[in-house]
Amino acid sequence: MADIHDVIIIGAGPAGLTAGIYLGRASLKPIIIAGPEPGGQLMTTTDIGNYPGFPEEINGPELMDRMTKQAERYGAEIVQASVTSVDFTKQPFTVVAGDDTYQARTVIVATGASAKWLGLESEQKLRGKGVSACATCDGFFFKEKDIAVVGGGDTAMEEATFLTKFAKSVTVLVRGAESDMAASAIMKQRAKDNPKITMLFNVETQEVLGDTSVAGVRIKHTDTGETEDINVQGLFVAIGHKPNTDFLGDALELTKGYIAVTDNTKTSVEGVFTGGDVQDWKYRQAVTAAGLGCMAALDAEKYLADHPES
Amino acid sequence: MAEVTLTDQNFDDEVLKSDTPVLVDFWAEWCGPCKMQAPILEEVANEFDGKAKVAKLEVDENPQKAQQYGVMSIPTIALFKGGEIVWNAIGVQQKDTLVRELNNAIG
Repeated sequence: MADIHDVIIIGAGPAGLTAGIYLGRASLKPIIIAGPEPGGQLMTTTDIGNYPGFPEEINGPELMDRMTKQAERYGAEIVQASVTSVDFTKQPFTVVAGDDTYQARTVIVATGASAKWLGLESEQKLRGKGVSACATCDGFFFKEKDIAVVGGGDTAMEEATFLTKFAKSVTVLVRGAESDMAASAIMKQRAKDNPKITMLFNVETQEVLGDTSVAGVRIKHTDTGETEDINVQGLFVAIGHKPNTDFLGDALELTKGYIAVTDNTKTSVEGVFTGGDVQDWKYRQAVTAAGLGCMAALDAEKYLADHPES
Repeated sequence: MAEVTLTDQNFDDEVLKSDTPVLVDFWAEWCGPCKMQAPILEEVANEFDGKAKVAKLEVDENPQKAQQYGVMSIPTIALFKGGEIVWNAIGVQQKDTLVRELNNAIG
């Protein structure tokens, strides 16, 4: 018979690690199953200026490294594996990750959200060959090249601005009108003021051109209906994120793809809690994810206290 | 056994002429996901000591090999056997994936 843990945390971003810190400090020996993107979205972020306590800014990977160490220091065990399935229909709950099966009295789902792709066949074919979703990882390979960034939110603006450090030119492809852009005013202005950046509005990205590397991008001007091939050697996709819930199957109720919650952290199954971007469609900040992770941890702790082992 | 540090100069000797399969991690200091890959590779290196080699190539300082193998996204992990790439993947790879591929290559 496998050990029955008090709590398993799925996900190792700000929410999961904060939950790990709290539950570790409560001597509940949390197991954190890190999943395919340990550290989460911040691992591909450069300078973070809105996380309190870091007036000089801190880069994403360093912040996550610190959170990881803090969780481990207080007794959280971090497992480098990905959860493939769960069974929340009976106590103890079961979580399967690779070849290992874990059992626990409570589970915190903090699997966050991952970058979305356009969903084009040509995009997937050329991933790693000029198509990327991580400017900080891959910008280096585009020195003195012409590249495009798809997206109209803050991530797209940040990536475009960052990429000008390497690229000769950056064309930002925005699907809607300028007035409908999701980006904040400050990020948009910073991108617009950059002499290497050109913004195209009302354009749909239709295809990535090239066989073994990116040779261009075919776009459609939605106001005129005309298509155009633009000459770029790289395409960075920054069109938003989707919550990571596929592994759950129908174990938990979802609302528009996000885990449905009551009382901030309670899922549709008693004893299963959630925090961070997998349940938060609205704020999606590192600090709010950390906050929700803390709340989920405190709620799990209370649940364990109210339901002593029989 | 610790991981082998590769350079443009020693790549052929350490990888292409290796008697055992070699897992090569193309990485860089400024790549966040690469940092998450590092401890996973360390565990794999220890587990496969003597049976396979785990090696790391920093792309910033060794641009020739990264370019030769068409690396345009990191982390990229490539598994070499007999001087040829038998498997590769981009993005952080979990331990069970790497163990499976290494076992396949060892045969």
